Amino acid sequence: MDTKTILAIIEAIAKRIEEQKDFLTELDNEIGDGDHGINLARGFKAVEEKLPTFADKDIGAILKGVGTALVSTVGGASGPLYGTAFMKAGNVCKGKTSLTAYEFAAALDAAINGVKMRGKAVEGEKTMLDALCPAYKTIKSGIDGGKNLVDALADGVDAAAKGVEYTKTIIATKGRASYLKERSLGHQDPGATSSLYMLQTTLEVLRGA
Amino acid sequence: MVGIVIVSHSQKLAEGVVEVARMMAENASLAAAGGLEDGNLGTSYDKILAAVEEVYSFDGVIILMDMGSAVMTTEMILEDLNRPNVKMIDCPLVEGAVLAAVESAGGRSLEELSELIKDSRTANKF
Ligand SMILES: Nc1ncnc2c1ncn2[C@@H]1O[C@H](COP(=O)(O)OP(=O)(O)O)[C@@H](O)[C@H]1O
Ligand SMILES: [Mg+2]
Repeated sequence: MDTKTILAIIEAIAKRIEEQKDFLTELDNEIGDGDHGINLARGFKAVEEKLPTFADKDIGAILKGVGTALVSTVGGASGPLYGTAFMKAGNVCKGKTSLTAYEFAAALDAAINGVKMRGKAVEGEKTMLDALCPAYKTIKSGIDGGKNLVDALADGVDAAAKGVEYTKTIIATKGRASYLKERSLGHQDPGATSSLYMLQTTLEVLRGA
Repeated sequence: MVGIVIVSHSQKLAEGVVEVARMMAENASLAAAGGLEDGNLGTSYDKILAAVEEVYSFDGVIILMDMGSAVMTTEMILEDLNRPNVKMIDCPLVEGAVLAAVESAGGRSLEELSELIKDSRTANKF
């Protein structure tokens, strides 16, 4: 996974978020304030505009740049959360111009720990962590068991999709949806859904690369 | 004088809280950081940072905020600024702001102010 692939992934994520903007917003309408898609689309538009300035940067600097752009433009909780995630992933990729499967997993792990720290949240609270954590665990054990990144990530995407389904069955205890208590049941978490899209898009780009 | 920044998802709310706090402390150093640059609801890193700089002095700044992304974005600003005399405090926004304004105008230090504002967490209205 080289710098060019990372840039292609980010561009593809920006496109995917834009395509899914209305759906993500609709999900947030059910258990939040109806802006998740709008927020992320605004954030990734800013990221897209910064892409040309990333061309000669290393992977660490690119991910950091994405994080900074998200923090300063998203406007909702997902801004500092995804912003911190990308910045923390950037930290562990500092100076690198390519990533091994192990390094990719380490970056994802750092990103997830960033979300946990920023959101003071853990798995099972009906947030993006319910897609990200199972995905990471599956990817890591796949790689440790000798799978290549694409195969491990494919399993990770399946785990994230299951995680999104799982969010329908639990009550939110973090974020806006927690104000709804039991009424948050039956609805899928918008942030878990956008996390699934990011992982799916990463897989699609890697498969095409 | 310790500066006070009010962070909210809504520009109207942030400005309103500043207005209410000023009722009792005309000279307090207050700044509102509400909503996004385009006036939409949300929290803006740049607006909060600008508000902190606006009221910043050697005496320090305390930041009070509503919830969710206002808390997380403020936290990120504190990490990035890395100035020990800029603090965020967990308290009811209106009560905390009124207390902060009165006490900062009365010359309290940052440390004293942070402790005093925490009292608003347990103060009953009736
Ligand atoms: N404390 C938290 N920890 C982890 N994730 C969170 C937290 N608060 C919110 N989220 C995630 O953010 C998503 C909402 O994002 P968004 O709508 O952009 O922000 P806001 O809630 O400020 O409107 C939720 O669906 C959830 O996945
Ligand atoms: Mg929302």
